[in-house]
Formats: sequence, C-alpha cells, structure tokens
Amino acid sequence: MTAKRIVVVSSGLSTPSSTRQLADRLAADAVSILAGRGVEAEVQTFELRDLAHDITNNLLLGFAPPKLEAALDAVAAADGLIAVTPIFTTSYAGLFKSFIDVVDTQALTDLPVLIGATGGTPRHSLAIDYAIRPLFTYLHAQPVTTGVYAATSDWGGTGAAGEGDGVRSLPDRIYRGAKDFADLVERTDRSSLVRDPFALEGPSGHLIGGLAGE
Amino acid sequence: MQFGIFTVSDITEDPTTGRTPTEAERIQATLTIAKHAEEVGLDVFALGEHHNPPFWSSSPTTTLAYIAGQTSTLQLTTATTLITTNDPVKIAEDFAMLQHVSGGRVDLMLGRGNTGPVYPWFGKDIRQGLPLAMENYELLHRLWREDVVDWQGRFRTPLQGFTSTPRPLDGVPPFVWHGSIRTPEVAEQAASYGDGFFANHIFWPASHTQRMIALYRQRFEHHGHGTAAQAIVGLGGQVFMRKNSQDAVRDFRPYFDNAPVYGHGPSLEDFTQQTPLTVGSPQEVIDKTLGFRDYVGDYQRQLWLIDHAGLPLKTVLEQLDLLGEEVVPVLRREFAENRPAEVPDAPTHASLVAATYGDEAPRQATPKANRGDNLAGPSPYQDAKATPAAAPAGSAPVKTGSAFGPAATR
Repeated sequence: MTAKRIVVVSSGLSTPSSTRQLADRLAADAVSILAGRGVEAEVQTFELRDLAHDITNNLLLGFAPPKLEAALDAVAAADGLIAVTPIFTTSYAGLFKSFIDVVDTQALTDLPVLIGATGGTPRHSLAIDYAIRPLFTYLHAQPVTTGVYAATSDWGGTGAAGEGDGVRSLPDRIYRGAKDFADLVERTDRSSLVRDPFALEGPSGHLIGGLAGE
Repeated sequence: MQFGIFTVSDITEDPTTGRTPTEAERIQATLTIAKHAEEVGLDVFALGEHHNPPFWSSSPTTTLAYIAGQTSTLQLTTATTLITTNDPVKIAEDFAMLQHVSGGRVDLMLGRGNTGPVYPWFGKDIRQGLPLAMENYELLHRLWREDVVDWQGRFRTPLQGFTSTPRPLDGVPPFVWHGSIRTPEVAEQAASYGDGFFANHIFWPASHTQRMIALYRQRFEHHGHGTAAQAIVGLGGQVFMRKNSQDAVRDFRPYFDNAPVYGHGPSLEDFTQQTPLTVGSPQEVIDKTLGFRDYVGDYQRQLWLIDHAGLPLKTVLEQLDLLGEEVVPVLRREFAENRPAEVPDAPTHASLVAATYGDEAPRQATPKANRGDNLAGPSPYQDAKATPAAAPAGSAPVKTGSAFGPAATR
C-alpha cells in the first residue's frame, strides 16, 4: 500500500515558533496512530514564513513562484492537511489567510483537515471554530471536529488531566485531534484521485461536454 | 512564421516623469506604433479590448480599420476580442467588414476578458463566462459559414432566418485564435474547431505555457485536424531592449517596478527568471525567443508587448527599430532552420482561399433583389450554391435553410 500523504502547514512567524511546535506534535501523533494501525504515512511540512514573499507575489500576479507552487501542489494532492496558525486580533494570521486565498478553490475538496491554533491567552480558543473552520467547510474540505488550541500557559502545564480550569491537558487534546484526523486519513484515497486538467492521458471524448458543438 | 506586437491600450503614468498621457495622445501614439510596425518589417499588429479607464480600446474594429487604411501589408488582429460579452452577431458583422476594407488582412483572437464588471455592464453573468464563450463562438462560427442561420441558445435571443452581412470576403471567414492564460477548456475549444491557440506567455511561467500548448496540440490531433505538430500556435512575449544589457535593465526598471500588473510585486530579476519577460540586448531577446521553440515546438506567430506601463512613444518606436533591424531578421532565419516541412505557416486570407477553393475562383456573394426578408426562400444570395463546403470538422454542416424551407424540418 502506498503511504498516506500528510501535509503540515504552519504559519508561525517567529523561529522557533510554538505554532510549528504544535504542528509537529499533531503530525507526530497522527503518524504514530496510523502506524499503530499498519498505515504508513509520510509528512511534508511547510512554514508559510518561508513562502511569505511568494504568497504576496501570487496575490499580485496570479501565479505561484516555484517554491510556493510545490507547497500548493503538495496540499492539493494530500490525504490530510494539518493547518496551524497563530491567532492574531481574534482570528487567523493574515499570512495564513493569504495562503488559503492562493489555494485553488477546488484543491481542498474532501481533504481531511486538522486545525490547530496558538495564542497568548486561552480566551481566543473558539477562533478555531468561528474563524478557521468556516474557511475549510467553504472549500469543501473535511475539518475534524476536534480543533487543538494551545495557549502560552499550556506549554507550562504538567500534562496531568484536570489541571487548571478543568480542560484536558494539551497532550491529551493533541492526541484526540490526531486520532480524529487519522480516522479520516486512514479511509481516504484522495491522493490517488486527484486529477490534473492538463494530463495528456485524459478521456478520449470531448473535454467540454456538449458545449462546443458535440 | 509571423512576428508582431500587441497592445493592451493602457494609459499609464510615466513613472520617470510623473506625467500621464491624454487619451487622445495615447490613441494617436498607438496609430503611429502600428504604422511603424509595418515600416520596420513586422507582420502583425494586435489590439486589445477594454471597457474601462485607464484603457482606451473599446472599439477595436474601428481602430483597426483606420490602421488598415494607413498600411498595406500589416496583418491586423485582436488581443483579445471578448467572446463572452460581445454579441456574436456583431462580432460576425464587424470582422467581416474589416476583412473587406483591409483586403483580407484580418484575423482575430477570442478571449473571455479579465475585468469582472464588464459582464454586468453588457448584461451578462460572469459565472457563466465559460459557457458564454462556448455558445457564442458556436454561433459566430455558423454566422460566417451559413448564409441563413436559425439558432437558439441559452444566452441570446434566438435567430430565425438571420443573415450576417457582409458575407466574409471571398466566402472565407477570418482565421480565429483562442487566447487563454490558464483555462484548459479554451485549449480544447480551439482544438475541436481546428482553430489557432494563443498562449499569453507574459504573466505566467513557461512551464505553464508548455502544458497548455501540449494539451492543445494533442487535442488538435485527436479532433482530426492534422498532427499535433500541425496545430497553429501563437505566443505572447514581452521585451525591452537597449544596445547593451545594463542600459536595458536600468531604463526599464522604473517601468517594471510601477507597472499596473506586476509592479510592487516581485523583483525585475525574479520575474525575468520566472516568466518569458526579457530585458536586455537584442541578442538576449533572440536567444530567449529561440528558446520558446524548445518547449512549445515549432510555432506560427510571435507577438511582443512593448508599449505598456507608461513607456513613452519615442522609446516604443526605438523598440520597434531594434526588433525590425536586429531581432526579427535573425529569428526568421533561425526559426526556418530545421523546421519540419509538415509544420504550416499561420493561416492568411490567401492561404485560406487557396485551401478552400484550390484553383477555382472564390465565392463573390451577390444578393438577390430585396424582398424585405430572408424567410421566403432558400437563400437571399444568387450564388448560394457556391458556398464553400470546406467547413472544418466540429462545425455544423453548412446549411442554407430557413424557418419555412427544408431547414425547418431538420
């Protein structure tokens, strides 16, 4: 069986970034859960920080420079996407949204997505559900129910359940999100179905179907 | 192989002087540019169509008709004619007229346009852009090939017994190119009719153009119009030249950095590397242009954009001089080298007449006396029998029916 393709997109702006750290942990749990079920998965990670100029140029020009194009192609042909952004001023980072804006509107159809977000305070945790999730549902992706929000204070927790305000610990939440995600990734055969409109081994009939005189 | 220039008709501030030309100045400048293109030995002048400031070319056939009167060999075409928002009936009439006044020196390039509000301004829905392009062209194609058309579609009022006048010059419709940056359906449309395909080749990377052309060529062969190598391919391109490379980069940079399309985006260096834009010496332009053949195959038409982004008339005329004196003569020679015999030249009126009629005299459409309508007989033309039978595959068979004649029972 071919390996499932998981693409990780992190739009943290600093280096090192807690956004990237959350993304890596989500990916690691997803891979190990899939491995436990005998499903091989390969992970490709993109830091949007490295693509920031390309993303802007794509917005201005309409085409992706080579490095960005590789990221867009990877996302379009993935079996699962782990998307993690910092929360700035109540919502996703502008860079994250700009990236989503240059993704082809059909490229995420049926794509399992695990949403993660980071922020300075736990008060912004619902941004996952009111701001980020609608992006993916609009694009006909399949965001899993569990989104994982990591506030700064989460990184200092003991990891014990029931600590602080009674929410489950960050590792627990990461595991739960990764498991929901792995369930979908395991079942999808999406990467084998992605069609290239320029592929030369296309159907032998008319490509436009009844509109051009046939 | 044909070489020429195309303009989008933008009126842009010259970033080096801060001055914006008036509409009248830019229109006159463009007429001068077109005439000079012929003087320096170029083959083709193509004019865009826009319906909003800061562009001036809302009525391309008017402009091209004037240029036709001022020139004698220049092939006149468009870049592009909006097949979505123009009435196909009016396109059929306007370009048949232009054929007659220019002596057949006209073809046209169809495109969907890139300005959203143009659709509602002309009563159309942008969400139907692609179906509009398909349906409108199907009608346009028939209007030039059938004297009397009965037609019904989704986007336009039906036609019963309609004749588009004048009939195309010598009974041969103008050659049509289909232009697209990224829509595979348009490559398919061009291929299915056996028409030409023109790749913008300015804003997007060469790798993308390569895939579009490969798809068009393969589908051209699939639809039975010849081999893939015989498909009719045109490419855009964008050049700025000075005698030496450093001067070209220095002089063009302020125009690049402030250009409406790519200004304030990538650096000139990145954009030159990622797209076919060439800023340098005539030799660099020659080398880069010859390289196009490596990824699209032997092709028929090369057009360059040289007059946009606020470049002053004097500079544009200098570009034309360099193209005519140093670049195009070398390209003609080099492109002819090792060009397979099966690769055709771009169709011209003369070649289409020859292909349609062979040694016979071409049709000269002659109307019957006015009866007040077209509906009472099989054809309003005395010479209806001579309608050329060489309509390309993919089109409907040539009919000269009417609502009450034999066609009514089809």
